[in-house]
Amino acid sequence: MSLGSVPLKYKISIDRDQCMKCMRCVDNCSYGVYRIEDDRIIIDSRKCTACHRCISMCPRDAIMLKERPVDYRSHPLWTVEAREDVINQARTGKIILAGMGNAVDYPIIFDRLVLDACQVTNPSIDPLREPMELRTYIGKKPSKLEFTKNNGDIELTTKLTPNLKLDTPIMVGHMSYGAISLPAQLSIAKAVAKTGTFMGTGEGGMHEAIYPYQDHSIVQIASGRFGVDIDYLERGAAIEIKVGQGAKPGIGGHLPGEKVCADVSCTRMIPLGSDAISPAPHHDIYSIEDLAQLVRSLKEATDWEKPVFVKIAAVHNVAAIAAGIARSDADAVVIDGFKGGTGAAPKVFRDNVGIPIEAAIAAVDQKLNDQGIRNEVSIIASGGIRNSGDLAKSIALGADAIYIGTAALIALGCRVCGNCYRGLCPWGIATQKPELVERIDPEVGAQNVANLIHGWTLELSELMGAAGLNSIESLRGNRERLRGYMLDQGLLDVLKVESVGA
Amino acid sequence: MAEPLVIDVKGMHYTPLNRMIREAVASGVKEIVLNNVLGQRFIGNGVRGDSKIIINGVPGGDLGMFMSGPECEVFGNAEHAPGNTMDRGSLVIHGNAGDAVAHSMRGGKVFVEGNIGYRGGIHMKEYEDKRPILAVGGTTHAFLGEYMAGGLILVLGIGHEPAVEDRGIGSGIHGGEIVIRGEVSDELLGVGAKKVDFTEDDLKRLTPVIEEFCGRFDIDPTPFLNTNYSRIVPASARPFAGKYTWE
Ligand code: SF4
Ligand code: SF4
Repeated sequence: MSLGSVPLKYKISIDRDQCMKCMRCVDNCSYGVYRIEDDRIIIDSRKCTACHRCISMCPRDAIMLKERPVDYRSHPLWTVEAREDVINQARTGKIILAGMGNAVDYPIIFDRLVLDACQVTNPSIDPLREPMELRTYIGKKPSKLEFTKNNGDIELTTKLTPNLKLDTPIMVGHMSYGAISLPAQLSIAKAVAKTGTFMGTGEGGMHEAIYPYQDHSIVQIASGRFGVDIDYLERGAAIEIKVGQGAKPGIGGHLPGEKVCADVSCTRMIPLGSDAISPAPHHDIYSIEDLAQLVRSLKEATDWEKPVFVKIAAVHNVAAIAAGIARSDADAVVIDGFKGGTGAAPKVFRDNVGIPIEAAIAAVDQKLNDQGIRNEVSIIASGGIRNSGDLAKSIALGADAIYIGTAALIALGCRVCGNCYRGLCPWGIATQKPELVERIDPEVGAQNVANLIHGWTLELSELMGAAGLNSIESLRGNRERLRGYMLDQGLLDVLKVESVGA
Repeated sequence: MAEPLVIDVKGMHYTPLNRMIREAVASGVKEIVLNNVLGQRFIGNGVRGDSKIIINGVPGGDLGMFMSGPECEVFGNAEHAPGNTMDRGSLVIHGNAGDAVAHSMRGGKVFVEGNIGYRGGIHMKEYEDKRPILAVGGTTHAFLGEYMAGGLILVLGIGHEPAVEDRGIGSGIHGGEIVIRGEVSDELLGVGAKKVDFTEDDLKRLTPVIEEFCGRFDIDPTPFLNTNYSRIVPASARPFAGKYTWE
């Protein structure tokens, strides 16, 4: 017996009085919602993903999109989604693939943390007339500095390890060429160069177009080693080993062959149209000692001139794992929380595996402090950071800097429709189709992403000033500037934050 | 020819050693001899050039990792992952080697006279004219050629009948080929791997590799040019294409 089809998710309609039949909706929808029949625009709402491309391109604001009301019998346990997933799997027997970040309505800890502001007893600082120090160095810091005096000259004798110098603690995380289009990646590269910060290349190698921005790039090495050779390692300002990812902890990456076009195949150094599989484990890493070996091998290959980061997903034992990483010679640990986005992940992983970034940052910072090795490694937090409030709270919980991903894509047009894995992104972001890719002008895209980084940076300095802090170092790990609002005691203990009113 | 550079590496840390190698290769030294090697890791790591590095002793892990060009000849065993993510050049090992030999190797050759450990040739891949070769004289352990995406793995099984007895051969393989002397039992094949006939054309294609391998170790190639092989290839270039459905 056939299970039939499930109801549509979205309903599109056109106000025919407004419409001037310019056909932009037809041209813009890569999912094929609109077609023309006898001079009339016909709508197939079933194909809609709510990407909003048509709405934003309609010159007459004639298009309306509604999320369809539930038309099953309502049920608190058997939600529409739960039922439709069962129907989908009963029909196919396959793993459900999903895009973007965790779509389950877990409480967001960031929204239950409030920042502090000065009042009468200590004055706030006005960033307009006082210098605010947002410069951040990512890498190992010495426990103490030693000097020698030479006829009145003072010389530093402590050997400093290479650090990345960031003008703002906001970086753009790893999104590979392949997962996103070249103009999208190029926009990001130009934006980070403009704002004095860094971007991750993802695990897909580095396309020639990014070479001019290589000093602002962190090159990634994942289990599949796509695009990795000695030139690639030398190009990066830093190197990141990807062990895990917040959207899919414990499983690897997989770029389907359809997205491996000629240019992607050349950047990744794999044959055209073949799947690019990076399984979960690095097959030369089975222990912290093996990880240390890979860290040292990357440093050795690049003459110990570049910081090496290790990225892990936030999982239950994250603090102990990070402590191991700190001892592996790594310069930074990147923790990706379970709200982190992705081009494609099994839905069951995206929505159920991992822990929130807020708890992970606090636990890692605390553990490294307790062990007296916090200076051995920087903490970079990512996964669901939506605004400068989340940024400031991440730093107060113990992060040195953050990676943004989805926020940068939204700055390029992304509407979080969650269909990236289909390779048809109407905004030209998560696609390699030439006609869609050309929708992004890298100059305009770069300005948008740079504006976002700039805006958050301004807000961060205002937030710091309000809290009476003039340097990012005074905010880092400063839990006194945070209070928990409606958080249970267990979580407050993990966050090492007091309750509001305390 | 200029005199080789001879370095006694006894007790030396790998970093100064590698710096010496890099500088020597960059300044045009064509042959470097390392004596008393004992566990120094990363020898030849990321080195570019066409020099020859002779290693007397047992190098540590990741010999020739990211290497692009040189040839390392090891008179002794090698630790884990020689040839890891190697780009060009060759490793010739007169002994056995550990696990993950030729991990993600994308060009050049790794020749091991004896046996190798687990996950040999894992993630080996090829691109355009770069087609890596891992040739093993002895036998290999489980997960040979796992996730292989290109290149050639050749196992001669000298002194071993059958040549390979461990399971998981070619699990997740989606490119390249694994050629093993003699019969390979079906149960040993990993998911996504399949056996195909080894033809006369295949033998013709592989003859130069077999001859080069035997030449390197002074072995008579005749018995290996006059025998049967099992050829293992991907069942599909898209092993996971059918695993997922849309949200
Ligand atoms: S884009 Fe707007 S005005 Fe143009 S055809 Fe579509 S609905 Fe009509
Ligand atoms: S990148 Fe494109 S496909 Fe992915 S969520 Fe954003 S708009 Fe949708």
